[in-house]
Amino acid sequence: MNEMNWLAIAPEIVLLVMACVVALVDLWVTHPRRTPTYLLAQASLAAVALMHLSHFDAGQTFYAVQRMVVADPMGHLLGFFATIAVMVSLAYARPYAAEREMLKGELISLSMFSLLGICVMLSANNFLVIYLGLELMSLSLYALVALRRDHAPATEAAMKYFVLGALASGFLLYGLSMMYGATRSLDIPTVFNAIATGQIDNAVMVLGLVFVVSGLAFKLGAVPFHMWIPDVYQGAPTAVTVLVAGAPKLAAFAITIRLLVEGMSGLAVDWQQMLIVLAVASMALGNLAAIAQSNLKRMLAYSTISQMGFMLLGLTPTVVSGNTLSAANGYSSSMFYVLTYVFTTLGTFGIVMLLSRHGHEAEQIDDLKGLARRSPWYAAVMAIFMFSLAGIPPTVGFYAKLAVLQALVSTNQALYIWLAVIAVLLSLVAAFYYLRMVKVMYFEEPADTRPIVSTGEVRTLLSLNGAAVLVFGILPGGLMAMCAQAIVKALGT
Amino acid sequence: MGLLSLAIWLPIACGVLLLAIGRDDKADAVRWVALIGSLVSFLVTLPLIAGFDTSTAAMQFTETLPWIERFNVKYALGVDGLSVWFVPLTAFITVIVVISAWEVITDRVNQYMGAFMILSGIMVGVFSALDGLLFYVFFEATLIPMYIIIGIWGGPRRVYAAFKFFLYTLAGSLLMLVALVYLYYKSGGSFDILAWHKLPLPASAQTLLFFAFFLAFAVKVPMWPVHTWLPDAHVEAPTGGSVVLAAIMLKLGAYGFLRFSLPIAPDASRQWDWFIIALSLIAVIYIGLVALVQQDMKKLVAYSSIAHMGFCTLGFFIFSELGMSGGIVQMVSHGFISGAMFLCIGVLYDRVHSREIAAYGGVVNTMPKFAAFAVFFAMANSGLPGTSGFIGEWMVILGTVKAGFWLAMLAATALIFGAAYNLWMVKRVYFGPVANDHVKALTDLNSREFLMMAVLAIAVLWMGVYPKPFTDVMHVSVTELLKHVAQSKLVP
Repeated sequence: MNEMNWLAIAPEIVLLVMACVVALVDLWVTHPRRTPTYLLAQASLAAVALMHLSHFDAGQTFYAVQRMVVADPMGHLLGFFATIAVMVSLAYARPYAAEREMLKGELISLSMFSLLGICVMLSANNFLVIYLGLELMSLSLYALVALRRDHAPATEAAMKYFVLGALASGFLLYGLSMMYGATRSLDIPTVFNAIATGQIDNAVMVLGLVFVVSGLAFKLGAVPFHMWIPDVYQGAPTAVTVLVAGAPKLAAFAITIRLLVEGMSGLAVDWQQMLIVLAVASMALGNLAAIAQSNLKRMLAYSTISQMGFMLLGLTPTVVSGNTLSAANGYSSSMFYVLTYVFTTLGTFGIVMLLSRHGHEAEQIDDLKGLARRSPWYAAVMAIFMFSLAGIPPTVGFYAKLAVLQALVSTNQALYIWLAVIAVLLSLVAAFYYLRMVKVMYFEEPADTRPIVSTGEVRTLLSLNGAAVLVFGILPGGLMAMCAQAIVKALGT
Repeated sequence: MGLLSLAIWLPIACGVLLLAIGRDDKADAVRWVALIGSLVSFLVTLPLIAGFDTSTAAMQFTETLPWIERFNVKYALGVDGLSVWFVPLTAFITVIVVISAWEVITDRVNQYMGAFMILSGIMVGVFSALDGLLFYVFFEATLIPMYIIIGIWGGPRRVYAAFKFFLYTLAGSLLMLVALVYLYYKSGGSFDILAWHKLPLPASAQTLLFFAFFLAFAVKVPMWPVHTWLPDAHVEAPTGGSVVLAAIMLKLGAYGFLRFSLPIAPDASRQWDWFIIALSLIAVIYIGLVALVQQDMKKLVAYSSIAHMGFCTLGFFIFSELGMSGGIVQMVSHGFISGAMFLCIGVLYDRVHSREIAAYGGVVNTMPKFAAFAVFFAMANSGLPGTSGFIGEWMVILGTVKAGFWLAMLAATALIFGAAYNLWMVKRVYFGPVANDHVKALTDLNSREFLMMAVLAIAVLWMGVYPKPFTDVMHVSVTELLKHVAQSKLVP
């Protein structure tokens, strides 16, 4: 019970040590492209990813640090993908950052610290540990957004992100303190059991729940807590946007599961309704607002809002039918959704950075004009991403949407079937602006005919990223099974 | 690898190869690879017809592999009498499209050919999928290449037409996705279409399913009043795009009625048959009249396609063997004829760059060989006996007489309107004195164009004179389907 079990959290320890080492080593690096720091960081991230993967394969659940932390397959699977996401983001970001004199050691070490925060959240078994991880991630990201300190929009974005983020953290903390007051525990399983006994004051719990859900909604970027997303995505340098838009979504999903499902399943009737409202509002507003955007990053921001809304739908139908198998169905669908979404988004921002040059940001949708003429290959890769985000088969985005719809319909309740209908109708709206991107790339003549320069690393990685979206679209079974396995194990303990 | 898999993946592999070959400096190599690839893809579909057992309604050439185990989705393929003819038809039309684009398309040739080859494989997949999700994936995947084809190589309003095409079709099929997921759940976790056929369903569920499928397929067919995307798409698409749209893509919708709506929701189908019949008759009569007043040849043929597809849906929902077989024969025949009609317009457009009827006149004087073909296809389009156009319409009308004399009477007016708009167009475009200098400067068909016209003409004549191979193949499957639809599937 009180053992520390350090081995179970080995990936986090390695990550912490290596993040410090990278920050130190960088002091002696004079290379303008920071190659030694970068390679060291990538190597340690690769090692962390492998450790997560091998722990996931082992498939066991351990408690560590006096049950503050749980190392279960869900945490390890998400940890593996979050680490990969940060590796990919860094690889995409390096040439872009180097051209803008923001490739400092901080970019690399701070993104490692944000990953550490993510990993802590993924395996938290205690309210305070969740909060700790959240703050570690958020503070690193605030600093990253402000990394270009002489750049007014970036600074403004950082301020906005910081103020609103702090407010949301406050909400979350306040909600958690109410939970603590009602259940006398910060330990997630203990809270779960306390709710299950039915001996606690429901009014306090529900009030606390409202604050917790608001905090989570802010981190996920669900309407009406979405205001920061467009400004931060647009204002932050794209090299940082990709870090904000990628791995943190996995963490937001994980703490939603840890808090709402593992901790407060007993209050599901209450939080389900909140999630339904958040989900539908996010899909509606995100999709409609995205149509009106001419800035590519802002459009992708609104698209994120709507995609997160769709993902939240997968969390809503669960406890209605009462058995864990059907609940696991919904959660694992959402997990598959968020995983595939993150990798598609990384690719789109990768393309945005690829098209940017020294002194020119390819931020407007018009900057993609005629990409199919300038480079048929990247145009095809970007088109695959767009079709995937729109949910058109045979890309992976389709199966993600299918999985969530299937979870909704399988409840066999009219409310959820109508939610599925609303979701597909709103994804029709979404198809319009994703298709517009394809139109701009394929049907219009290029305004800018200069060739696209990039490093071999970025080129290979983008191609692999596009291929992955397509290959998982043709053979999605393996990843779906992994998500299902992870969720079943997480619920079983 | 089975024959059907080969028929699906061979053209797709060839298309990917074409995309990889690269830029326009290798255009000739691209054309030859596309031609050889499409010919081979066509040849591998022929054993399907030769080896087809006409004595059974069961699925043939079946293949089953597990695909997505978590949702029990299978890669299940197979064809029966309803679908088998569309596999070679698709591959055949693709060969024609490749030939028709030979000198005409000079910009991004590899992408053009590649898109059509991939599209061909996907459409074969739609006709042979026996798994609901596999069907949906193929059904939706057809949108991507066609969207690109219309958008890149289309006419002046191509962007509008491409969006309208994509969003219209997507809007229809998204509700079908919910319907498929619902059936998956109701059948205890299976996407097997044949199992769905046997699944008992309450009346309310059948009605909702029927309308979800109806929306998806009616948009695709297209039926009045959701047809408005088709004239736009046809007019703006390049010739090859129009040919594939009219010849194959519209059939995906009609085929969907046969494979999903009728057998999965038979009670709802019988209950709502008047609805489909009414819409079909509106398509036949009203759209026929609309075709009459068109100034643009492509629009005229587009509207005539809608009217002809109205015959197919009419035939399906009068529940008689003649009507249903007639509808399927009409689908195949319309594939040949509408393809040929759009090729004829393409031949003129390549020379004069106008599709306006008023821009022509007296073409027969300068292009006698071409005019002979064009007049022949126009006759076939208006249902002249001896051509394939006659067989389908005649069977459907004969079937309809049993359902009600006045219905048949209304349907038969189509023959009059069809003759009117086709012959009037022929008169204005081909006959009379040479209208202007453009027409005077026209050169007759070259051997490439002659070849594709001749092949299609032979197909139309063959089907018109000797339709037995087509009807024989369908006979058992159609009777089986009608027997199935006649039985109630309501939950007791």
